Amino acid sequence: MDFQLTDDQRALRAGMRELLERRYPRTRLRAVVDGDAERGAELDRALWRELGTAGLFALRVPESAGGVGLGLPEAVLAFEEAGRALLPGPLVATELAAGLSGLWAAGGAVPGSLEARLSGVAAGAVQGETVVTALDEEGARTPVEHLTSADAVLALGPSAVELIPAAEVARAAEPMRSVDPATPLHRTESNRTRQDQAGPGRSGIAARLRREAVLLTAAQQLGSASRTVELAVDHAKRRTQFGRPIGAFQAVQHLCAQMLVRAESSRSVVYAAAVTEDPGDIAAAKLLADEAAVHNARDCLQVHGGMGFTWEADVHLHLKRAWVRAGQWQCAAAAEEELAAGLVSTVERCL
Amino acid sequence: MDLAFTDDEEDFRHRLRAWLADALPTLPDRPHPADWPGRRAYDCGWQRMLHDAGYAGLHWPKDAGGQGATPTQHLIFLEETERAGAPYVGAGFVGLLHAGPTIAAEGTPEQRARWLPPILRGDEVWCQGFSEPDAGSDLASLRTRAVRDGDTYVVSGSKIWTSHAEIADWCELLVRTAPVNADAPKHRGITWLAMPMDAPGVTVRPLRTLAGTAEFAEVFLDQVRVPVTHRVGEENDGWRVTMVTLSFERGTAFVGEVVACRRVLEALARTAKANGRWDDAVLRRRLGRLAAECAALWRLTQWNVSEAQRTGGVPGVGGSVFKLRFSQVRQELYEAAAEVLGPDALDAGQEWVADRLSSLSYTIAAGTSQIQRNIVAERILGLPKGR
Repeated sequence: MDFQLTDDQRALRAGMRELLERRYPRTRLRAVVDGDAERGAELDRALWRELGTAGLFALRVPESAGGVGLGLPEAVLAFEEAGRALLPGPLVATELAAGLSGLWAAGGAVPGSLEARLSGVAAGAVQGETVVTALDEEGARTPVEHLTSADAVLALGPSAVELIPAAEVARAAEPMRSVDPATPLHRTESNRTRQDQAGPGRSGIAARLRREAVLLTAAQQLGSASRTVELAVDHAKRRTQFGRPIGAFQAVQHLCAQMLVRAESSRSVVYAAAVTEDPGDIAAAKLLADEAAVHNARDCLQVHGGMGFTWEADVHLHLKRAWVRAGQWQCAAAAEEELAAGLVSTVERCL
Repeated sequence: MDLAFTDDEEDFRHRLRAWLADALPTLPDRPHPADWPGRRAYDCGWQRMLHDAGYAGLHWPKDAGGQGATPTQHLIFLEETERAGAPYVGAGFVGLLHAGPTIAAEGTPEQRARWLPPILRGDEVWCQGFSEPDAGSDLASLRTRAVRDGDTYVVSGSKIWTSHAEIADWCELLVRTAPVNADAPKHRGITWLAMPMDAPGVTVRPLRTLAGTAEFAEVFLDQVRVPVTHRVGEENDGWRVTMVTLSFERGTAFVGEVVACRRVLEALARTAKANGRWDDAVLRRRLGRLAAECAALWRLTQWNVSEAQRTGGVPGVGGSVFKLRFSQVRQELYEAAAEVLGPDALDAGQEWVADRLSSLSYTIAAGTSQIQRNIVAERILGLPKGR
């Protein structure tokens, strides 16, 4: 057992951080957020292509299919960095769609209806040429992100998997005024997927894709949760009141310490889930990473005081994105129910 | 990142599991918690069994009589013994986890030969004389004095919260050998001594805890004579000697209890199913959340152990993070238990009620949560020194 990052994994994480600092600096984030409300949130296709060229979507695609051939732990590290930088866009769905191309190339159990659309969409997703967003039809109706910027929608029913042209979904969708200025959202009618096509092989793929989506979303939450610790600590060192940095006050110190505890304990389970791919680990990862991202953003806002309540500070952007992600894929109630069910699956003595 | 075990590690686990299956049925009944002589005999008997089977001082270095196991093997040992329901280290706690490793690291060859083998065999029990009434979290403020008189130190003062003092043979004692002055930090001038508990002038007064039993004691020291040869490390260097080993165990100190948390939680869920409380979605979800917390604590433990294995035992961020989270989760677990059990929660005759009460000490012992947060803020996050 060596549950630490390998040198290659460290290099990958550092490379991803460096890439995002260069290609998606704070000025670019602010341009999206502070710009024209209509145009501002439109996805930057050039950036998407750069991410594709850098291999973000191809990380898990086998080398035989033109990918990088790495695994879920590497994807989790990359997505953690994306979350840290507040990179906008349907990253998870595009990554999953790109992954399907590998399955297809390997002659895996890909549903028949998928195959026709796959070659184009999935190959485009690998390159960053195609933008794929997602429609999760299990549980509560989740809004679709970046629908008008997307080419295709990856729709996951309880067992069915579909790739639907985005325009088709958009016709019956209603735009929301999204709480997150960098993530446009649409309400859609439910049950887009044709449940009658469900089969055992497909059901397996839907479940696997959903687990991966949950984990990659948790990874982004972890990145955001770690970033807000840094933002809070930096502010607490610089801001002075009563003649000393506010970070010298125990009340502020304890807020920051609790933020670190949240971030680091969710990190351990997010990383473990990437290695084990165990549904229980994945549910725990999402639950704790959601909590860490949301609560850390709120505590970070508190440490920033009045500044934290302004549009100018980035804190609210972390909080709002964390809210959006917490509602995506497995939300808290579903995760807690899954974990509770896991507790009674084994038979032993009572208290 | 790899959570798979090597063939050697798996082999170690299987041999241990087989031994536990044979050894545990031969154990006598557990003594009542208030029966201190019985507890000593039971815990030392178990240590003797471990010793004879080659598991004593598992993670101690070989030249100190230990097995030189890796942190991962130690993790496996703690996980398997807890799963099998084996006894906890109990009365051997201070000797095996603190005083012993300190002597192994800092003691002379004579000191190692005198004190280490009886600890490993379960022949001698140690207690920890660190805390004082006015020096708890602020340990360096201790005032128990030792004055040199020829080849002995004459020690006077008092210690508190001393677990196992009633049955201990030896005490790892921190004493002040130089007065506090304005020019030097107060942790200079402290010396580490091994004090025999049967020396004239040592008085032990048990302290009754809120659980109703005497888990620890006050120790009064009146002109106790301790030979200079019992000093480990240099005079006035006791703080450093202590720090060598104080943080050493953070990665693995609570492994057994993390495994136990999950077991208690599963038992709780089955009880809720049996008594109908499971139908309460709020309570059920609360148990689900605790399952996530247990998973995170377990993964954090594996992370910390792997880090220790790579760095040779230098503790990182993980220790304080773990302690803060674990102590809180442990208390939340028993709060949830009370909700599942309803009126039975008020029956102190139930075994788990004692665990609920003892969980209250977790946010206080070994550095309160408040002090831990200060440590995290100042030493890990680099915030300015607080007030």
